[in-house]
Amino acid sequence: MKSEYDVIIIGGGATGAGVARDCALRGISALLIEREDIATGATGRNHGLLHSGARYAVNDHESAEECIKENMILRRIAQHCVEDTGGIFISLPEDGLEFQAKFIDSCRAAGISAEAIDPKEALLLEPSVNPSLIGAVKVPDGSVDPFRLTAANIMDARLHGAKVLTYTRVEELIIENGRVVGVKTLNTISGHRDEYRAQITVNACGIWGRDLAAKAGITINMLPAKGALLVFGHRVNNVVINRCRKPADADILVPGDSITVIGTTSSKVPFDQCDNMYVTREEVELLLREGSMLAPALNHTRILRAYAGVRPLVASDDDPSGRSVSRGIVVLDHATRDGVEGFITITGGKLMTYRLMAEWTVDLICKKLNINAKCTTAEALLPGSSTSTNNENCKRTAVSVNRSKASAIYRHGTNAEKIDHSTATKRALVCECEQVSVGEIEYAVNCLNVNNLVDLRRRTRMGMGTCQGELCACRAASVMASVGKKCAATAKADLKNFIAERWKGMAPVAWGDTLREGELISWLYDGVCDLSNLKSE
Amino acid sequence: MKQYSEHNFEQCTKCTVCTVYCPVATVNPLYPGPKQAGPDGERLRRKGPQFFDESLNMCLNCKRCEVACPSDVRIGDIIQSARIKYSAKKPGLREFTLANTDLVGSMATLVAPVVNTTLGLKPVRQVVESVMNIDHRRIFPKYSFGTFEGWMRKQKKAQAQYQKQLAYFHGCYVNYNNPPLGQAFVKVANALGYGVQLLDKEKCCGVALISNGFIKKATKQAKSNIESIRKATKQSLKVVATSSTCTFTLKDEYHHLLGLENGDIRENIDLAVRFIYNLLSDGNHTLKFNPEAPRIRVAYHTPCHLERLGWSQYSIELLKLIPSVELIQLESQCCGIAGTYGFKKENYKTSQEIGQPLFNAIEESECDIVATDCETCKWQIEMSTSKKVLHPIEILASALM
Repeated sequence: MKSEYDVIIIGGGATGAGVARDCALRGISALLIEREDIATGATGRNHGLLHSGARYAVNDHESAEECIKENMILRRIAQHCVEDTGGIFISLPEDGLEFQAKFIDSCRAAGISAEAIDPKEALLLEPSVNPSLIGAVKVPDGSVDPFRLTAANIMDARLHGAKVLTYTRVEELIIENGRVVGVKTLNTISGHRDEYRAQITVNACGIWGRDLAAKAGITINMLPAKGALLVFGHRVNNVVINRCRKPADADILVPGDSITVIGTTSSKVPFDQCDNMYVTREEVELLLREGSMLAPALNHTRILRAYAGVRPLVASDDDPSGRSVSRGIVVLDHATRDGVEGFITITGGKLMTYRLMAEWTVDLICKKLNINAKCTTAEALLPGSSTSTNNENCKRTAVSVNRSKASAIYRHGTNAEKIDHSTATKRALVCECEQVSVGEIEYAVNCLNVNNLVDLRRRTRMGMGTCQGELCACRAASVMASVGKKCAATAKADLKNFIAERWKGMAPVAWGDTLREGELISWLYDGVCDLSNLKSE
Repeated sequence: MKQYSEHNFEQCTKCTVCTVYCPVATVNPLYPGPKQAGPDGERLRRKGPQFFDESLNMCLNCKRCEVACPSDVRIGDIIQSARIKYSAKKPGLREFTLANTDLVGSMATLVAPVVNTTLGLKPVRQVVESVMNIDHRRIFPKYSFGTFEGWMRKQKKAQAQYQKQLAYFHGCYVNYNNPPLGQAFVKVANALGYGVQLLDKEKCCGVALISNGFIKKATKQAKSNIESIRKATKQSLKVVATSSTCTFTLKDEYHHLLGLENGDIRENIDLAVRFIYNLLSDGNHTLKFNPEAPRIRVAYHTPCHLERLGWSQYSIELLKLIPSVELIQLESQCCGIAGTYGFKKENYKTSQEIGQPLFNAIEESECDIVATDCETCKWQIEMSTSKKVLHPIEILASALM
């Protein structure tokens, strides 16, 4: 592998992946380095909401405009990552209707279609909605799968020549004559240390970007804001439900793939917790209490798990106290800001605007490298996306008596064609809850840069269903071993790690059916596989 | 009664014991089994109808998955409801003929000898197979010349003599194919001091309409039956049926699959064997058995829907009370016919493979007669073994003085 590039991007979230793709499409040689797997930070730990921008319309006109533009772009370029569910903003009796008028005006001013509908019509549109609503506004919200979106960007970047290294930690920035010229890395799986050089290094590390900048002696004031969410066992709603009031805690309910997500909370956390966040009982209670105001059925729906992400909020440079937070996209050219050449930080923003963030970053890179190339990421389709719609793809297989095929198309779009379903063995299911076949697992392991079971879950949804890995984890471990990705010993350690990761999310909501499921998982993996007594290597 | 949530499917912990007990999954690898077709599939179908697949039509609705489930998931209901909601296969001539037991029965009984002889002819059955996709190896139940209802009209006066009364839900099979079973029930009821009357209006319970996709008609008939049973209930008349599947349909399927409210009458519907066993157990009722009755070795087969009702022990205990009967209890397993399921050409192989272990057990039991509470189990066993099949009530009636 070569060690010289035009650009090194650090951070494999949506933003980093977007920057790598944009660079690759403009012919700039790029290396992306991620310390874990792609989409492990804030990218994979949010609602998965394809914002229409309506939520920001009243308070943040600029963000709202960005959102609706990117919303329309993603529907086209990332069609297999997006579902056009539509969204509604409901007013409850305690909210009144005062906010609604202002809300509709602000939406329209930002170019977001917002149509007030009768509460009865809202109930027809989404039967799970709180029937005591007094008003509703229809907006073009949807859902987006952040794992798929990131994976598609990574795939396109690689197709166009970019290199991607996961499980690779940047230990040091190489600084020569006040200029960042490369990185020293450690591969956390093999233990290999390497050095890579580039004219420009991009910091796309989200909240962890503060620490990376510090390696170059640069201070970025960041405020880690934790957001906790709950995953319900199945789709409660088929339309995104928001509360039509000033944005507050737990007021968005998103149907994503086979589940529904409620969130989020918002609280400051210390930096040392960003790597390992737990959802507290108080957060669970708050999410349930507020969530059931949107859809009362949540009160008696099984909760699969709880998780939390960290928003990388950046304090405005012009406010030394660090209290005033910039909510928008922040591109920092450290040459002009701190006198350090060859180093750019891209942060702030949101999942929805990852592409725009990448565009601005690569525009700056082009300027610095004197390259005259236009951004095409808003037009070029991501791999898996096609000009026909997702639903059409799925409808075609409706009579094919094959749910796993329908599921594979839902997940991989046109790339589902690459999955080998030619024999009964390949069609056999590994994950029954999410209909992931042996063929799909093999495709993911061979083509989507999978190192372990948790990576595999992000690529396929294996283990994300009702049983949380109870039946599929050991089967998937066996497929990984059979394609030569793992040996028996590492497969078992991997299995233990996967089950522990699943349990971490179940523990905060372990009551009722979720607890019964947990018991059964523990009988299977402890009682049969004796995983607890596995000696760690 | 336990209240089920609308999200009953989410109680599933994926233990998969249902699939172990599924008779179809055991013999047909193309069927994904009740766990995947039921709770797993239901979760996916909430995403969109493209996640329904027609393999769900392989479910024979035996409900043995529900009996096996430790989490109280109504797996069979979930599968049947999904078929009702999503199946793109529209019922055709075959389904119409098989499902409309009332209509076909009332026409056939008028010309029973002709129908019976004709349907017995091999060339005719070949034609039936090619036109209707009903397997030519399947033997049709014989039609009776004259209905049970017709016979009952003549008994009205005699039955009214009894002080205690009950209402008998005879079902299509007793009415059109086997009036002697109804007559046996009347004999036993009378011996216990009960006069038998019919409901104001009895329609086919609709089980075949439901499984063949005629939901509108099934709902119409169900409503009519619920009304008639409600009327009987108000007159304090117990409603008793000899068929386990009719009983199960009236009690459970009306509410679970058709969404009809029958809670007020549910407890007033009883199965003949249970009703009689409970009378004999209360200390105030006895039956006089004929000491001369020939000794017979009876093998009892538990129908799936009786297993689901949880009442199979009543048939077994009742048969044990008959002095001339030596009872063999067969292992409870599906016979494979499942009403009209086994008649369909595409299901014939599955149907017979499911039943094979039962057929073997019956032959090995060296019984004289097989007893069961379900008419379609009777057809299947008589077609597939060398034994004759009777209802426990018929055996009981023939052993009386």
